[in-house]
Amino acid sequence: MFFAILLWITAFAVAAGFFVKRWWFPPPISRHAMAFDSLFAANLIAGGIIFLAVQLALGFVIFRYRDRGQRATFSTGSTRLEIILISLTAILFLGAVAASSGLWSAVHFTSMQSSDLKIETAGKQFAWSFRYPGPDGKFGKTDVRLINDAAGNPFGIPDDDAAGKDDIATSALRIPAGRPVQLLLHSHDVLHNFFVRELRVKQDLVPGMEIPLRIQADKTGEYEIACSELCGLGHHQMRSVLIVMPAAEFDAWLAQQGKRKQ
Amino acid sequence: MSFLSRYIFSTNHKTIGIQYFVLALTAALLGTALSVLMRLHLTYPEAKIRLFEILWPNAAAGGVMTPELYLSLMTMHGTIMVFFVLTTVPQGGFGNFFLPLQIGAEDMAFPRINMLSFWATALAFLVLCSAFVVEGGAPLAGWTAYPPLSAVGSIAGPGMGKGMTLWVVSIALFCAASLMGAINFITTILEMRTRGMSLFRMPLTCWAWLVTALISLFAFAVLFAAGILLLLDREAGTSFFLPAGLVINDRILDRKGGSPLLWQHLFWFFGHPEVYIAILPGMGVVSTVLSVFSRKPVFGYRAMVWAMLAIGFLGFLVWGHHMFISGMSPYSSLAFSVLTLAIGVPSAVKTFNWLGTILGGRLHLETAMLWALAFVSVFVTGGLSGIALGQPALDMYFHDTYFVVGHFHIIMGVAAVFSILAGTFYWWPKMTGRMLSETLGRVHFYVTFLGVYAVFIPMHFAGIVGNPRRYSDFGQFEFLKDVQGLHKFITHAAFLTAAVQLLFIFNLIWSLYRGKKAGDNPWNATTLEWLPPSHQPHIVVRGAYDYSVPGARRDFLMQNESNGQ
Amino acid sequence: MNVAAAGARRRASFTGLYAFFATMIMFFGAFTSAMVVRRGASKDWQGVPTPNLLWINTGVLALSSVVAERARRDLQNGNRRLFNTLWAAATVLGACFVAGQIIVWRDLQQAGVYINSHSGGAFFYVGTVAHAAHLAGGWIAMVYLLVRAFSLQLGPGRRTAVDITTLYWHFLGVLWLYLLWLFWFWGNWE
Ligand code: HEM
Ligand SMILES: [Cu+2]
Ligand SMILES: [Cu+2]
Repeated sequence: MFFAILLWITAFAVAAGFFVKRWWFPPPISRHAMAFDSLFAANLIAGGIIFLAVQLALGFVIFRYRDRGQRATFSTGSTRLEIILISLTAILFLGAVAASSGLWSAVHFTSMQSSDLKIETAGKQFAWSFRYPGPDGKFGKTDVRLINDAAGNPFGIPDDDAAGKDDIATSALRIPAGRPVQLLLHSHDVLHNFFVRELRVKQDLVPGMEIPLRIQADKTGEYEIACSELCGLGHHQMRSVLIVMPAAEFDAWLAQQGKRKQ
Repeated sequence: MSFLSRYIFSTNHKTIGIQYFVLALTAALLGTALSVLMRLHLTYPEAKIRLFEILWPNAAAGGVMTPELYLSLMTMHGTIMVFFVLTTVPQGGFGNFFLPLQIGAEDMAFPRINMLSFWATALAFLVLCSAFVVEGGAPLAGWTAYPPLSAVGSIAGPGMGKGMTLWVVSIALFCAASLMGAINFITTILEMRTRGMSLFRMPLTCWAWLVTALISLFAFAVLFAAGILLLLDREAGTSFFLPAGLVINDRILDRKGGSPLLWQHLFWFFGHPEVYIAILPGMGVVSTVLSVFSRKPVFGYRAMVWAMLAIGFLGFLVWGHHMFISGMSPYSSLAFSVLTLAIGVPSAVKTFNWLGTILGGRLHLETAMLWALAFVSVFVTGGLSGIALGQPALDMYFHDTYFVVGHFHIIMGVAAVFSILAGTFYWWPKMTGRMLSETLGRVHFYVTFLGVYAVFIPMHFAGIVGNPRRYSDFGQFEFLKDVQGLHKFITHAAFLTAAVQLLFIFNLIWSLYRGKKAGDNPWNATTLEWLPPSHQPHIVVRGAYDYSVPGARRDFLMQNESNGQ
Repeated sequence: MNVAAAGARRRASFTGLYAFFATMIMFFGAFTSAMVVRRGASKDWQGVPTPNLLWINTGVLALSSVVAERARRDLQNGNRRLFNTLWAAATVLGACFVAGQIIVWRDLQQAGVYINSHSGGAFFYVGTVAHAAHLAGGWIAMVYLLVRAFSLQLGPGRRTAVDITTLYWHFLGVLWLYLLWLFWFWGNWE
């Protein structure tokens, strides 16, 4: 009896925690992020109803059928009930997949446009670097042997490569608001993960692979980039910032960086 | 019989069961202690804590944990809990002790292999713990040991040299031990059942041990193979998991062509079934305990069996849900997502049937029963967050956040531990001849029940904020300032929860000396282990859950009892 | 031990062995899938050369299997003397196979194929050494049974261990053929 009441209180407390949203997502800055929030809200409502229903039912059964000297009913099950419940849950769960697969597809199966701005995004223990192709629109070659952070060459671009001469390397990620951007994710050493909360997007960086990730941010501002795949003892400090600039301002910045390089 | 052959190198299934139980209890205490130290560091990262300095004069010089020390404790905590607690007690401990008794066999099919299996497990535990004291300390790659981090040696950080090698060796030993155990369980269940004990008369615990053994047989073989490849990448210069062009710590590595994702596939092909290895035996225990203490048959016995078989089978098809954002093809993510939610169906069947079992019963709320009921509660809670994580679109935010930490602690850690505690309170009288204290048991239960919800639900909130897991410090990010209060609360709750476990240990010890003497069948249960020891084989005439059968002379009929009217 | 219990023991031994086969299949299956993935993941795949000795080794192992099988049947029929001779021969042949494998490994190393020199080589050593390790286990069992046979502890009614070991030995033979195909045919196939 005591346990039944405790169970109810616990269930309500948990539900309340999710309901008051004292600790919650940061405001979304993209259409994808808003769609994510509604998808999660739908999951939360459905999940919350099931959660409360089952926990309260459990508490109720404990309360109602506690030992008061009654005789237990004898029943070994019901195939019909079983089949009904199986069908219901199957529909519910598959519905969840169907409802959410659109959002996944939107991120991963939208074909990359050649006009997208491409930014190489590289992770290494425990820092981020970003590379823009510069005015010529082409990334230069890289050679791991030439990597030298101190000399401002985190990608290892050789001096004699024409396409690489104008490449711009930065340690913060600047992108224009309202335009799609393709990040080409690379890692030099171990696994890392690119995570920006406000975008609701997360993708591993895998050495030996180039993984494209298409993002678009609509709200200007500064947002933190946090590494979210264990990469060693400095994992917790592998931070950078995403700076979403008004498109015109961004163009000016990029042009100016390109000039400085030439 | 000498002392050695009776208590140490014994081939008796009961002794081996107890040995596993004691080993796992030791591991659980160590694992819990580590978690408390971790929480302490996370909450007070700058505080000078004498205890840390005493334990690790170098890695915690001045009483402040280094990041690598935190990560190594995390790795050891996870490894110890998953392998040496959750894989060990429910199968090796309870299984060895009770399987032969429940099916009326004299012992396990291969007693010597059984002994070997225990000692290999114990050795694996020693090897793992020795990682703490070698140069560089314990590894920091997490219990999943993803390469390249885990494969390149000490240039990846302290602990990634000798410590990591010991980790791999320990896991390989553990695999070998588990494989021996699995062969033994399968053979015993298929070949050693007493007369009349058809498969569909077996208690659900036996079914659970069978399915678990089948899963182990397939899963640990794969982990074993993966472990060998990882060891070779570390020690022999091969490139199974290491691609070309790695630059680590400014050193260019001379490897080429390997794939870090290959390890993740192999590891999770084992890793997901592993969570069922941890939980299925517990489901068996819970089904039984709910039935015994409701004085009602298990609702839908056959459905329960088929659900377990379905879970065992589907469990091998869902590993990709750990890899949605790993760089694996996004098309496979969708396929894995469908399969993952499909496995939710048999899990839901089990939940319904547990509710169906107690519905209309006569519930005796002894401590064992409380744990079993609480298991149902946490299983539902953890299952629901799993539904969210099974959708790649949502996992794209939650992967590797505290939301995941909260989810797996509840569904795997807490649920499995609750079932172990249910099993302990239920079977202790048989194991020791004495009852555990109900009063202590209840206090322990209530505090733990509230405690785990207080610890692990707030972790979901931290995850919603975006808090990444495996961070040794939350001070470097602006957005993590907001969750510090939450973490402080979690730590206090964790302290309380961990502390109250001492009450349980005390209960065990107290009971050994002072506990009420238990009769042969203190719970009036039906299965064969509750019959007085006899040298005659039992002949089984009925299923395992004949409670409150209409017309019977009492409210339970033992499996070897003809309808005693 | 009564007859029924002895029968149960025999059945249990076979069941245990089948379970062991299942893990071995998973174990070598994991290697295979790793190999397929690894080959597909990069362009640096290289096969392993095929020394002629391999075909001799294969013949030796096959012969060993055939002889062991004959021995097993002789024991079943109560022909202990023949069993002893043939079983000893199968054991010696088994040892020859392992010795031959050691020579193959050495030759390949002399030809510059080391475990870390290229991708195909790595899988080759892992697969063949794992096979040889399983084989060594079976071989130790054969020697043990030989000792038991000479101390007159085997017979038509006490032959489970021999049956089991022979079956295991056949399994290793088939596994060897599979590995042969995997490394020399699939591995070198363009
Ligand atoms: C008092 C109870 C426990 C507390 C307070 C606790 C706390 C923690 C903490 C703080 C982490 C590290 C999270 C991070 O830094 O990312 C962790 C990780 C983990 N815990 Fe627990 N834990 C407890 C019990 C358990 C149990 C019973 C299990 C059994 C499954 C378990 C399994 C794990 C695993 C597998 C990890 C992941 C390690 C890794 O990331 O490699 N824990 N736990
Ligand atoms: Cu990181
Ligand atoms: Cu999983």
